[in-house]
Amino acid sequence: MKENQKIYWKGVEQLTNDPEFVKHADKEFPEALPLENEEASGSSRRDFLKLMGFGVAAASLAACETPIKNAIPYLNKPVDINPSIPNYYASTYINGGDYASIVVKTREGRPIKIDGNKLSPITQGGTNAQVEASVLSLYDKERLTNPYIGGKGASWEELDKQVIAKLKSIALTGGAIRIVSNTVLSPTTKEAIKNFTSKYPNAVHVAYDPTSSNGMVQANDWAFGKAVIPSYHFDNAKVIVGFGADFLGTWISPIEFTKQYGKTRKISKEKPEMSRHFQFESNFSLTGANADYRTPIKPSQEGLVIANLYNLLAAKAGAATMSVAKLDVPFLTKAANELWANPGAGLVVASSNDPYVQVVVNAINSLIGSYSKTINLSAPVNFRQGNDAAMTQFIADAKAGRVAAAIFFNANPVYNHANGADLADAISKIGLTVSTSDRMDETTSLVQFVAPDHHFLESWNDANPKEGHYSLAQPTITPLFDTRHAGESFLTWAEDSSSYYDFLRANWKANYFTKQSETGDFNMFWDKALFDGVFTTATPAAESVSFGGNLPVCASQIGKTYKADSKDVEIVLYEKIGLGNGSQANNPWLQEMSDPITKATWDNYFTVSQKWANENGIKMVEGETTVIKVTVNGKTLEGPALVQPGQAYGTIGLAVGYGRTKAGKVANGVGMNAFPLVAVANGFANYSITSGVNVELTSTKYRIAQTQTHQTYMGRTNVVQESVLAKYKEDASAGREHPEIYTSEGFKKPSKISLWKGHQYSQHHWGLAIDMNSCVGCGACTIACQVENNVAVVGRDEVLNRREMAWIRIDRYYSSDAPAGDLTAMEVAAENPEVTFQPMMCQHCNNAPCETVCPVAATTHSSEGLNQMTYNRCIGTRYCANNCPYKVRRFNWFKYHDNKQFDTNLSMNNDLGKMVLNPDVTVRARGVMEKCTMCVQRIQAGKLTAKREARPMKDGDVDVACATACPSDAIVFGDMNDPNSRITKMLQLKEEGEEKVVNEERAYHVLEEINVAPNVWYFTKIRNKDVENKA
Amino acid sequence: MSIKRSLTKVHVIAGFFVAMLALVAFSSPVQAQDIPSDEASIAAGKSLFGANCAQCHKLDQKYTGPALRGVTGRRELPWIKSFIKNSSKLIATDADAKALFQEYGGTVMPPHEFLADEEIMQLLAYIENGDKGGDKADADGAATDGGAAQSGDSSMPSEYLTVILVVLVVVLLLILIVLGLIISVLTKFLNDKKDLDEDEKEYINQKTDLKKVFKSEGFILIVTAIVVALIAKTAIDGLYSIGIQQGYAPAQPIAFSHQLHAGQYGIDCQYCHTGVEIGKSANIPSANICMNCHQHIKNVGGAEGFSPEIKKIYDAVENNEPIEWVRIHNLPDLAYFNHSQHVKVGGVECQTCHGQIQEMEVVAQHSPLTMGWCIDCHRTTDVNTAGNAYYDNLVKLHGDGNAMKVADIGGLECAKCHY
Repeated sequence: MKENQKIYWKGVEQLTNDPEFVKHADKEFPEALPLENEEASGSSRRDFLKLMGFGVAAASLAACETPIKNAIPYLNKPVDINPSIPNYYASTYINGGDYASIVVKTREGRPIKIDGNKLSPITQGGTNAQVEASVLSLYDKERLTNPYIGGKGASWEELDKQVIAKLKSIALTGGAIRIVSNTVLSPTTKEAIKNFTSKYPNAVHVAYDPTSSNGMVQANDWAFGKAVIPSYHFDNAKVIVGFGADFLGTWISPIEFTKQYGKTRKISKEKPEMSRHFQFESNFSLTGANADYRTPIKPSQEGLVIANLYNLLAAKAGAATMSVAKLDVPFLTKAANELWANPGAGLVVASSNDPYVQVVVNAINSLIGSYSKTINLSAPVNFRQGNDAAMTQFIADAKAGRVAAAIFFNANPVYNHANGADLADAISKIGLTVSTSDRMDETTSLVQFVAPDHHFLESWNDANPKEGHYSLAQPTITPLFDTRHAGESFLTWAEDSSSYYDFLRANWKANYFTKQSETGDFNMFWDKALFDGVFTTATPAAESVSFGGNLPVCASQIGKTYKADSKDVEIVLYEKIGLGNGSQANNPWLQEMSDPITKATWDNYFTVSQKWANENGIKMVEGETTVIKVTVNGKTLEGPALVQPGQAYGTIGLAVGYGRTKAGKVANGVGMNAFPLVAVANGFANYSITSGVNVELTSTKYRIAQTQTHQTYMGRTNVVQESVLAKYKEDASAGREHPEIYTSEGFKKPSKISLWKGHQYSQHHWGLAIDMNSCVGCGACTIACQVENNVAVVGRDEVLNRREMAWIRIDRYYSSDAPAGDLTAMEVAAENPEVTFQPMMCQHCNNAPCETVCPVAATTHSSEGLNQMTYNRCIGTRYCANNCPYKVRRFNWFKYHDNKQFDTNLSMNNDLGKMVLNPDVTVRARGVMEKCTMCVQRIQAGKLTAKREARPMKDGDVDVACATACPSDAIVFGDMNDPNSRITKMLQLKEEGEEKVVNEERAYHVLEEINVAPNVWYFTKIRNKDVENKA
Repeated sequence: MSIKRSLTKVHVIAGFFVAMLALVAFSSPVQAQDIPSDEASIAAGKSLFGANCAQCHKLDQKYTGPALRGVTGRRELPWIKSFIKNSSKLIATDADAKALFQEYGGTVMPPHEFLADEEIMQLLAYIENGDKGGDKADADGAATDGGAAQSGDSSMPSEYLTVILVVLVVVLLLILIVLGLIISVLTKFLNDKKDLDEDEKEYINQKTDLKKVFKSEGFILIVTAIVVALIAKTAIDGLYSIGIQQGYAPAQPIAFSHQLHAGQYGIDCQYCHTGVEIGKSANIPSANICMNCHQHIKNVGGAEGFSPEIKKIYDAVENNEPIEWVRIHNLPDLAYFNHSQHVKVGGVECQTCHGQIQEMEVVAQHSPLTMGWCIDCHRTTDVNTAGNAYYDNLVKLHGDGNAMKVADIGGLECAKCHY
């Protein structure tokens, strides 16, 4: 079997066994301590005495009377707020077109954590990194604290007076008034804008999206007469084919899609079926990493590949084919066959913003019967309402001086629109400019009037993400600053004096209350909707539609735009799952979140393929690489080239959302701004540049702060265990390795030979089960953990020093079937490797190696199976981290709180930011070790609730932050002593004598052979791949 | 020379025993014989103590006033009597009394002129002999103090200690006598010897020279060692007491009296401290809770107008300025204590940790709030499992043999309080 062993590697340097990598691989801490030279440092006996004198003085001062602390109760305590007891409010996360129904945890009136709302039929309790992190944006010091007129602080009365006067005079002369926004999800805000536009008839609302899906809307209009984006049902699909669409990461509604996708990837003996996923893309996206079959293609081929897929299917269906150049890429025929074999259970999605390509995608979906099964055109979604042409027109008008007034409603086009620079020049020509942004960003700093909007956690609002689905947002804190809801600003400027809250209620009473029949009392309806956070009317069922697109026109357009074998270097712009379109760029949690694929933090970069890098002499070792200069249409960007396995040869990937100049001290100057590269083709924003790209190498070297080779396992093989579906059906334990240890009595299971006595868990036995099959690697858990457990941000320099503090990391392993030792084959495989994601946190070993080496018993085992870390006992020897086989312990090399040197650690370095800290978790001091506690504060709280209610605990009383956040339900937490808990059932735990035995064949321990007996179980990864018959 | 050396040694040893004897004699109570020690007197003293003293004093623990046991060793009997009868009078004239008064924050001890001399003697009998080893309530505080605040709270009964001391003294005396005999016999024997030169004779017949003893290396060494040990002990005790604020009774912005509200009027603790059964903190009551009653009660004893202290609540409400109480119990941030666990689940009385709060005019921190104190209680307290289904499984596993202590179900684990 050994010769079939797959090779797993985290970075190319590990695959090639680069000396730099080998140097660090065996070390928990890569560098020697900076021991200063005794003579050179000049510290002397005198210094010692001085220090000692100071120490004695300090100690005696400390011994003096403790400073007086005050306890200040409420003057008039609100009934439902009790100190130390959290309150939860259902609300809605809205950021442009991004949406999530959420539950906000507040403590003493401060929102401190965002969880998903399980009552929402759309996000179903899932969140993603951006949603989790958004609570910190509330406490961002860079937010505007009051209105501004001409760059000077002003009062709202003054601002309203001047704005209304100007608007009126413009209205009299008939000048064009434009409201520029991103997608507006709130129907009530739209209503307020409508009031405004009816007051000023020359006002027009222009919406655009930084990453647009306008082409899809157009294509659906052409094909079906509906200018909408439909809702998708990945959960109904058996065959999923994606073309560049990162639907698990950033495309349209990623949380919803991940939930649905996760369901199709869960397998068990009762349901040994899973979806098969093909992905054709240029950049290595998160979605591509989860695909069973992935084919790198160039963006210049995309249209042709899709048209060829159509032709393959049309040939089977007997429909007319399109006359386009024939292009076959690996797995395309296979995808066509599979789609054809599963009528009504296939789904093809593409992210292309080219409407002609999207029409072909519609045609394919129509051929395979997706409409009515996996696509619902009758329930369109509102996540992307931007109109590219209208926005381009607006900027052109502004340039020509045809715009009299522009109100930038939470939009920052100067930064995130391709023609932002033009707009920046033209803004002074506009008679009245107003912005409602929360900070002096690139656009806002150029306008005359700033009317800052509330943060979404401070305001009443609603959202209509999908036809028939409504969602309410309620304030979870009194507005921190003198800000005003933008909807209320529009009402005020339309001289409507009602508050936004009253307006919202009135709108709901008029429009949604009437859509239900459960109650006749509006207040009851309102309270229920507010409690649930969501209100759903009957959603129109999916129905089959007849395709009316004009394919020959598409064929000729595709023939013009796309080439089968372009030799040019092409650029594909994408959104990172962390930073997205950059609107939350000043959030250090998102900046430091390591990208699921590249594992890079604090930067964007040009991703290039290994082959291209070799040809151009770019070598990347441990993050150090060459800076390249990329010029497109006279715009030059200079940045590091990151060698990315799986990147299509001849393409360069570049993330948008970076290169902010006026977002705040965290974001400013990080990376480069890719938005100016966005091309406009046929009136639609185009995120791939297929010609005119010029690349130059510079002699500059740059180190990207990647975490990918940190914490490696020294060549131990059975960390990732995987198989394919066909083998799993034959044998449920396919892919499992069962290590055995040779003893004098022959081979034995590692668990049968132990020096340890073991532990008795009489009441609870906490554990985690992680299904690597449904884990998509999105990283929502890492941010959730960071928020919940007050994990520090260390900054780029310290990440380079391998000192990131994350308690849970997602290990991303590349692998390929190439036989070990065959370097050529492996290099080829490295061009398009398979990926496995493995969330890795403290394994809470029953035979914990860390516990035995701690000289001060600072890390000990609890009677409930937890490995406890006691910060106040820790003296920082770091023996435990050195002895941890999973490398999950983190050392506080510095004091990260109240330290100017770590001022990007916003949540611990100013009074405002500190409001986000979880008061139930200690902020760790310098010099102590920390690690995953399995959210012991939540366990303690859950146990106490049960005790107070004098009842046994039940499954679900406690859930850990990572499991709660997971949008694909890959992490399951529970009590392994409870026969009814989900984890017991998942692991099929049975009592056998003294021992509990796991009967689930897929469940395994990482590094089972060392028998540290973790309480975290992993489920083998099963790919839905065919078994290839190798000789 | 060997004679000389051995003689010196014997002298030194004898000297040492003299010193020891002196120490032992000194450490016995000076006035022990004056104080009655019969059961009846002690019992009478106990009831007197409970009626008049227990609000402010404890036998073995500092409280509002000093710990009283051993007071007859520290002070003259007449001094004690006059202090008890009228402390203010004594404070005005006596420097010691004044120092004591200032040490305890200037709290005046009310006069007890109604007490007869005989009764005072009974009181002292109880103070010196009563509740040896501490009654149960005292034990909580005293035993857990880990020797930091108090010295030598040994578990051995004091009668045994006395017997051992007496035996020791007798043995030491005997040894001393024997040594003296040896010295005289040796001197005599040596004087009788003919072959001694002048030097040696002189040495043999020398008298013990105190000056020489004081200057001798051994003496200096012993004295130095004792001084160093005492300083070290004081320093270590001092270091251990850093951050321990037992007895801390700061002045509050409003002179709220628990004695009046909880004691005299018997208002339930939870009427004001609303969080105690539901959450981590017990909650300092908000002004609106005060106003529930005080909107009707504006002055003490039905007098006209506002009492100045009650006026402060009205001012706070009117000026919209919350009352800034001084926090008394400052548990370190690293420990997560939860009131509801102890009060609601554990059924622990407030007084167990907070002392006789209903008798406190000014609230003082009753317990040391050290980890040792927490742990000790967790070791000795039975889990309140009655009627709580959460514990059913644990009770079953634990068996009926002996009671299930908090420590038995993980009550000593780090992550129960530190995370």
